[in-house]
Amino acid sequence: MSERVAVRKTYKLFIGGKFPRSESGRSYLVQSSNVSLASRKDARDAVVAARAAVKGWAGATAYNRGQILYRAAEMLEGRREQFVALGIPGDEVDAAVDRWVWYAGWADKLAQVYGGANPVAGPYFNISAPEPTGVVAVVAPERPALLGLVSVIAPAIVTGNTVVVAASPSEPLAAVTLAEVLATSDLPGGVVNILTGAITETAPALAAHMDVNAIDLTGVTDATLAGELEVKAAENLKRVLRPAPADHDWTVDPGVTRMTTLLETKTVWHPKGV
Amino acid sequence: MFEYAPAPESRSVVDLKPSYGLFIDGKFVDPTDGGSFKSINPASEEVLAEIAEAGAQDVERAVSAARKAYDKVWGPMPGRDRAKYLYRIARLIQERSRELAVLESLDNGKPIRESRDVDLPLVAAHFFYYAGWADKLGHAGFGSNPQPIGVAAQVIPWNFPLLMLAWKIAPALAAGNTVVLKPAETTPLTALLFAEICQQADLPAGVVNIVTGAGDTGRALVEHPGVDKVAFTGSTEVGRAIARSVAGTRKKLTLELGGKAANIVFDDAPIDQAVEGIVNGIFFNQGHVCCAGSRLLVQENVADRVLESLKRRMAHLRVGDPLDKNTDVGAINSAAQLERIRELSDAGSAEGAERWSPPCELPDRGFWFAPTIFTGVTQAHRIAREEIFGPVLSVLTFRTPAEAVEKANNTPYGLSAGIWTDKGSRILWMADRLRAGVVWANTFNKFDPTSPFGGYKESGYGREGGRHGLEGYLNV
Repeated sequence: MSERVAVRKTYKLFIGGKFPRSESGRSYLVQSSNVSLASRKDARDAVVAARAAVKGWAGATAYNRGQILYRAAEMLEGRREQFVALGIPGDEVDAAVDRWVWYAGWADKLAQVYGGANPVAGPYFNISAPEPTGVVAVVAPERPALLGLVSVIAPAIVTGNTVVVAASPSEPLAAVTLAEVLATSDLPGGVVNILTGAITETAPALAAHMDVNAIDLTGVTDATLAGELEVKAAENLKRVLRPAPADHDWTVDPGVTRMTTLLETKTVWHPKGV
Repeated sequence: MFEYAPAPESRSVVDLKPSYGLFIDGKFVDPTDGGSFKSINPASEEVLAEIAEAGAQDVERAVSAARKAYDKVWGPMPGRDRAKYLYRIARLIQERSRELAVLESLDNGKPIRESRDVDLPLVAAHFFYYAGWADKLGHAGFGSNPQPIGVAAQVIPWNFPLLMLAWKIAPALAAGNTVVLKPAETTPLTALLFAEICQQADLPAGVVNIVTGAGDTGRALVEHPGVDKVAFTGSTEVGRAIARSVAGTRKKLTLELGGKAANIVFDDAPIDQAVEGIVNGIFFNQGHVCCAGSRLLVQENVADRVLESLKRRMAHLRVGDPLDKNTDVGAINSAAQLERIRELSDAGSAEGAERWSPPCELPDRGFWFAPTIFTGVTQAHRIAREEIFGPVLSVLTFRTPAEAVEKANNTPYGLSAGIWTDKGSRILWMADRLRAGVVWANTFNKFDPTSPFGGYKESGYGREGGRHGLEGYLNV
């Protein structure tokens, strides 16, 4: 009996709920697998998919978004061994699942904690509520490849944003496997789009894109590049999350800044009277 | 039309000095290189005072004074004591409100009725509101012991000079920061009177510093490496430049920029109330309002009725002397702004929109522009896309709520919007879909210190007012 020949996985991009190869036809080798090397065109395609998904995702009820995120945590838990096989420590997978569950619970609470009635000096009903900013471009941290990735995607999408994520260039396999988790979690196509490849190629295209509302530079380690990306982002006044310090501890309580930076506050007035 | 007897507010309450220095480290000082400029009354072109122009060295002095005050006095001071200083300032503003209102109208050109009844009450209320936060920051939702950022550089516009100062300084000081503020070059006078109020309140030296000047002064301030926080209100163009200049630094940035708000009138709206709202939306403060309702979207089947009523109402607007208590529309703030309004209005005519103004006699001297509406405007016209910042309304029509939303959101701006309808569910449906930071339903241009204000998209980021307004001045 000869040993069974394994069926290997092809690691591709994740755009609009589908798994295309890079339109450029390029790939690069990571851990003996060919991974798509995304082009600027792929980045633009991903923005189109993300924009198309905004209406449905931002318009979904907070309860529904919370349910879907929780479902993603269930799927992530179920694929634990796949991530371990890619070299992700078991503890990190556990932490990523827990992080995802933590954010899932925020979906229907954030508006209460960060919005509310304003006691204006006049006969008016006045209320403020947070809303998603729209399409968010994210440069994920180089490592931890899974916990870092989850820690930047979940806070952006739980409030109704859609994202285009440039995954860790050196450890992209976990990102593609996470895409498979998301594809089986009832998450509408286009809410999360994942690009693998060189940050220097995709990030400038995303930072300069006029249909992107915010950019999260967390994973940019080169200070000069971070500054250049922020300059590009200024063109349409994108909301900016600046790079995380190199020694950032991803295991501690993340706080709410990642969510609130990617939100807009809308205040509605109406007169009271009979 | 009625004949009105003039009812001028007296200027005698204002004691104008021939010249003003910079307010640095608690004292009025001369600028290092001795430069100056004039502030004029836009209603008469009379020179009001000679104003010091701060250069890079003066900015340096102001930032170090603010740093020293932050490290030694204001930073370590208990919140309850900071609160007391802010309460003192609020009281002094109330006590001197007539003087401040008259000075604001002289320097800015806005009607005394607005500076007296809108600007000044809101200024005092803003200091009162944030005074109370100074010793309650741990309850503001930013952690149990949120820390200030440090030295804030603040650059403000000329449309609501003292109110914008209050929006900037009150939350900054409440949160424990010190500030260097640059007022607009055409309206520095109330900021300098505010500096006197700081002295009167015995506010520790260096907590508030005022540097006067134009764009170069603002740039030197914003780009100063000793600044931890930048807050700007003004044009989107300058806001973009500031966002570029702080890129790659540690400076925290909030921006409140331009707008091109849609004021949407449905066929079931009470027409008379809506018309009052339209007039208030675009002619309040001569249209020098970033959240002005400069695009009227009116449902097609009532467009004729609304326009007829609007024109009738506009014919009763009194344009003229800002210090006359009867005046509805005052002077355009500067020759440069008047030129911009003229240029864009001419473009409106050239692109095929139909222009209308009521018969309206304008004074010979000063900067004036009659209230104007354009009908037959399409979304491609410049007057439907660009911020005019003057008393000019572009009228467009729509048929369905979905079309109204589509047109309202068809702009890179997202500061404010108005909805006029009797149907509650429609208001909420519309409010959900409008991409704007403030939505006024069956009202317009309402402001309150407790109510967060600020934009979506290219109208900037961050909020001013309310609990939200503290976030930009805390290290969160």
